[in-house]
Amino acid sequence: MSTLDLRGVSRWYGNVVAVNDITVSLGPGVTGLLGPNGAGKTTLLHMMAGFLAPSRGEVVLDGQPTWRNPEIYRHLGLVSEREAAHGFLTGWEFVYASAKLHGLSDPRAAARKAIELVEMAPAQDRKLSTYSKGMRQRIRVAAALVHEPSVLLLDEPFNGMDPRQRMHMMALLHDLGAAGRTVLFSSHILEEVEQVSGTVQVIVAGRLAASGDYRTIRRLMTHRPHVFAVRSSDDRKLAVSLMGSPSVAGVSLDATGLTVHASDYGTFTRELPRIALAERIRVRQLVPSDESLESVFSYLVSA
Amino acid sequence: MNSTIAWITARGLFGRRRFLLLFPLPLIFIGITALAASIDTADEFATPVLVGIGVAVVLPLVALIVGTGVLGSEIDDGTIVHILTKPVPRWKIVLSKMVVASAVTAFVAGGSAFVAGWMTDGPKLGLALAAAMVIGAIAYCSLFLALSVVSRRPVLIGLLYIAIWEGLLSNVVSGTRVLSVQQYVVTLAQKLAGTDLLMSTVKLPAAIIMTVVVTLGGLYLAITRLRSFSVAGETS
Repeated sequence: MSTLDLRGVSRWYGNVVAVNDITVSLGPGVTGLLGPNGAGKTTLLHMMAGFLAPSRGEVVLDGQPTWRNPEIYRHLGLVSEREAAHGFLTGWEFVYASAKLHGLSDPRAAARKAIELVEMAPAQDRKLSTYSKGMRQRIRVAAALVHEPSVLLLDEPFNGMDPRQRMHMMALLHDLGAAGRTVLFSSHILEEVEQVSGTVQVIVAGRLAASGDYRTIRRLMTHRPHVFAVRSSDDRKLAVSLMGSPSVAGVSLDATGLTVHASDYGTFTRELPRIALAERIRVRQLVPSDESLESVFSYLVSA
Repeated sequence: MNSTIAWITARGLFGRRRFLLLFPLPLIFIGITALAASIDTADEFATPVLVGIGVAVVLPLVALIVGTGVLGSEIDDGTIVHILTKPVPRWKIVLSKMVVASAVTAFVAGGSAFVAGWMTDGPKLGLALAAAMVIGAIAYCSLFLALSVVSRRPVLIGLLYIAIWEGLLSNVVSGTRVLSVQQYVVTLAQKLAGTDLLMSTVKLPAAIIMTVVVTLGGLYLAITRLRSFSVAGETS
């Protein structure tokens, strides 16, 4: 059981602030670090893993600073986003070398166990340069797990994985968290975070925008005004009927169709087909027009 | 010294295409020596060939390819992170890379120098030149290893050092010779062989002390810089 503590951590490059005064404590279980691209997730992860000095504040693992302290790697594993690996090594050699570098008493058994954990045993004798992106990612996870660290940090671990590999990796992270390890992974996709982690830290423009249980975050993200573009066989008639529903906050009508401001996402999407059916209007198009992640994040920040 | 790191380093070095560049240099060196020996007397060609090609070109270029290849290329492609996320003291990482780099450079440069020296003036000069090359290999590798942690363009800076500093300035401005590894190697070879065929420009004690200073200084710089190695924050 380990705790990774960030206390007032900031990092700037010249005039650009990449990470701005983040204080957070990560305990056992899976935590998702969610944020749009360029929010500072990677910078934050690098500081956690001891690969970058905070400009201000400190990062400590069980009381030990992570910067300039190689001893922390006995308890910490890192899977970086850059999918660099020694392509001339086979999967087995790569993980076995990691086990030996950790000075494990039985590196052979540890390597075998880690490779089985990520289901890479059938491909372990192939060179890393012949692996697919997802396979390389998995073998890198095996190398990071070979010493059974109490803290595992992963930067965008699901990038480049096919759906089956993604499910498998999610299950793996979930199991590791359930076994009492502190697992943190970053992602810019809400659904990924939601499926794996109990706790979510949302980071936007270098600041911690929201933090806590994923259900709370989910509610914050869904219980916000939603904008939909609707086209139908009779836009004007539909607009009148929609205004009668409490789930709709406003409707505007123009040449391209209707723009509906819904006050409640769930209710509106159930109401619309019911209203259309009752009024005998054919809905030709229903497009959520602000579903981009950036708008979700900007909403969170302003909330 | 860590055998696993040394093993990965050696595998990486021999696995890269850049490694093939190592072979033509010593072959050309030996070839020109053979050619010179067949048409000229030793005191005519010893300095231009053994020093001008062997010490001034083959040794530093091989050391540059190998010295920047063992660490610089891993920093370049990001694989160094796999080594750094292990509880291995940083001095052990640097030392392991240093041992591999020096050994390979010493073998390639020293081996060809032995053959070329023998062809010029018998086994004594061959052995002396090879021994001096081995010591020079250690100093150069330390220098280029440090360069690859300090700079993102170690090969370019290394080439500038070899071509401008050692190649040009040292021959024009005699004061800079005390700060040129090439001159230490020539001095060592000359004293070891006890021959007048080679012209040394630096005094022996100065050459010995400076070789030690360059080697230890390079190692120290590489180790301290690797201790606070930062992964550049990619703005993705």
